[in-house]
Amino acid sequence: MHKIWLIIQREYLTRVRKKSFIIMTFLTPLLLAAFMVIPAWLATISDSEDVVMVLDESGLFADKLESKEDLKIIPIAAGSLEQAKTAYQETDYTALLHIPKLDLDNPEGIRLYSKKNTSLQVKFRLENMLEKEIESQRFMASGIDREMLNKMKANVTMTTVNLSESGERDSNVWVTSGAGIIGAVIIYFFIFLYGVQIMRGVIEEKTNRIVEVMISSVKPFQLMMGKIVGIAGVGLTQFLLWVVLSTIVVGSVQAAFDIKPAPTPIEQMQAGRDLATGEESAQTQEESQANMLSEVSSAISNLNFPLLLGCFLFYFLGGYLLYGSLFGAIGAAVDNETDTQQFMFPITIPLIISFIMSYTVVIQNPDGPVAFWMSIIPFTSPIVMMVRIPFGVPASELLLSMGLLIVGFIFTTWIASRIYRVGILMYGKKINYKELSKWLFYRV
Amino acid sequence: MSILKIDGVTKRYANHTALDNVSFDIPAGCIFGLLGPNGAGKTSLIRIITQITGADSGEIYFKGEKLRPSHIKDMGYLPEERGLYKKMKVGEQLLYLAQLKGLSKDEATARIKEWVVRFEIKDWMNKHIEDLSKGMQQKVQFMATVMHEPSLIILDEPFSGFDPINANLIKDEILRLRDNGATIIFSTHRMESVEELCDNIALINRSRKVLDGPVREIKDTYKTDTYQVIGNGQLLITSPDFEVLEQHENHGVFRASIRLLDGASPNDLLRYLIQRVEVHSFVELVPSINDIFIRKVKETYHA
Repeated sequence: MHKIWLIIQREYLTRVRKKSFIIMTFLTPLLLAAFMVIPAWLATISDSEDVVMVLDESGLFADKLESKEDLKIIPIAAGSLEQAKTAYQETDYTALLHIPKLDLDNPEGIRLYSKKNTSLQVKFRLENMLEKEIESQRFMASGIDREMLNKMKANVTMTTVNLSESGERDSNVWVTSGAGIIGAVIIYFFIFLYGVQIMRGVIEEKTNRIVEVMISSVKPFQLMMGKIVGIAGVGLTQFLLWVVLSTIVVGSVQAAFDIKPAPTPIEQMQAGRDLATGEESAQTQEESQANMLSEVSSAISNLNFPLLLGCFLFYFLGGYLLYGSLFGAIGAAVDNETDTQQFMFPITIPLIISFIMSYTVVIQNPDGPVAFWMSIIPFTSPIVMMVRIPFGVPASELLLSMGLLIVGFIFTTWIASRIYRVGILMYGKKINYKELSKWLFYRV
Repeated sequence: MSILKIDGVTKRYANHTALDNVSFDIPAGCIFGLLGPNGAGKTSLIRIITQITGADSGEIYFKGEKLRPSHIKDMGYLPEERGLYKKMKVGEQLLYLAQLKGLSKDEATARIKEWVVRFEIKDWMNKHIEDLSKGMQQKVQFMATVMHEPSLIILDEPFSGFDPINANLIKDEILRLRDNGATIIFSTHRMESVEELCDNIALINRSRKVLDGPVREIKDTYKTDTYQVIGNGQLLITSPDFEVLEQHENHGVFRASIRLLDGASPNDLLRYLIQRVEVHSFVELVPSINDIFIRKVKETYHA
């Protein structure tokens, strides 16, 4: 045990002291902060106002299209379309809106001319303005007052509630799936990044020819496990530092710049529409946003964090150990990194499949047969189970999955150690699967 | 007393036999040459002794006890395929390897200090291995092999890749370690390189032991009573006691290999020669280990 501990220490310390580790550890939270600051900053500088010239031949919209803070409307008094176009060419305005003579029941032929491609937001806003105006005109024509209509509008938001023995809890599908997906993504990348590090480490020992010196002092299994555990320590250290540093950096950036999280494109589009539909809907929007926020935060607080975190750590380490030993075996079987491809393939396939399935099939139907089986089989369970857990998984299934994962990594470690002890002393020989399977039963 | 007793060791791989019923003893406190051509089975035997692999059958006794894992820390092994962690500092590396051999941190640090002075490498302790020249790396490697003061030191092809200066340094170190009581096993296919160092040898060919014993005895057994004579004059041997194997003459200087036949002594030959020619040089032609090996291998083929 003492020797394994020495090996773990070496593997851990040499990696943690590397410049690349230190840079990655500190750079990632900074990049995260940059991702928050830059879109917000870009939003402020791109807030230059859009100016749209409007040639209204229908006469329906005269005076009705109003300039907004960042969207200025310049009506053109009269003239042909050709004249308007030449006039527009001489300006640096955003676009020219041409409204021909219109049939209110069938408003067609409205065109937006521009020198560059207009942004979707401008297009949406103009469309909204026109739609709203046409609607109003139609209401007027059929004798309905707009005010009246607003009174009749209904707004429904539904609160989803989980019914369980322990009582009712508010749930939010987005929060639940989000929590699972984040855990799954982290596990996926962790297995890949650090699994490959194990493989590189083994190849390095082989090419440096130190491996025979080492195994005249320690057992091959000790050398392999020491490396796997040491690198796991590096990964956990990096992960924890990221969490801590990100919290600090993000917190201080938010405090310093008073930035809300950058809106997603869909939200931006909605915002574009909302701006155009006017104040009354903006109000309901605000209300529903507030509703959603409270709903999200209550859903977050209703997630079973100790369970989630415990399972995360378990599957994080279990998945890593399961795959890590296989990566180590690949490293032992080859002489250099270019030969690893054929062996990497079967290992990466279950990882990639479970990753893809987890945010498609599993998230849509977290209790379906695909999700069930993939969360039981050890090769896919670390990723798939993480997605399922926030939705609630019966304890029996969870225990079965965990038990099988433990059996799984004992099995892969056994296979890996058989391959490893033969492979590390084998030089200059191209290895194929047949050869590898023989190694499993060599008496060394 | 023998430090290592190899008793009927056999090792088979999938499609060839690496060692076939090999037995011999290695006396304590000697320099032992484990000799044979490439692929003879030397490295396989060493890997069994260092417990990297196990034998299919046969036993090995270390200091009279059956080989077991705890013996590892009393052995130092410098493999033919050797290297160090390139990104580690010299000091860290030595400390790490010494600790893996079972030394405590303090012990290891003290030993390193000692060796650093002996090998004059104090300035390198904080350098990375990859920044050292090859010769320096080899010194570090040698230190790592012997630092825990093992009673059995196994060196596989120790001089391959060493420059002559470092090779001599290592030779001196080996002799010093032997004088301090350690047993050293040299494994090499370049037999001439260790001839003058070895007290005992074992010859291995094609997975079998061909010959073993003290170098002097082996040479005595295989000497052919042949002498080389160089001198001036017309050499013409008519005596039935001597046989001329080879003779060249150039500008009145002759060079001849002469074998003594039954009962004749070197002095008889010398007396015989002095009466007839002017003798400049008279040397016994001792067979080299290499010659003996070739002869022995031929014998085993023909037998």
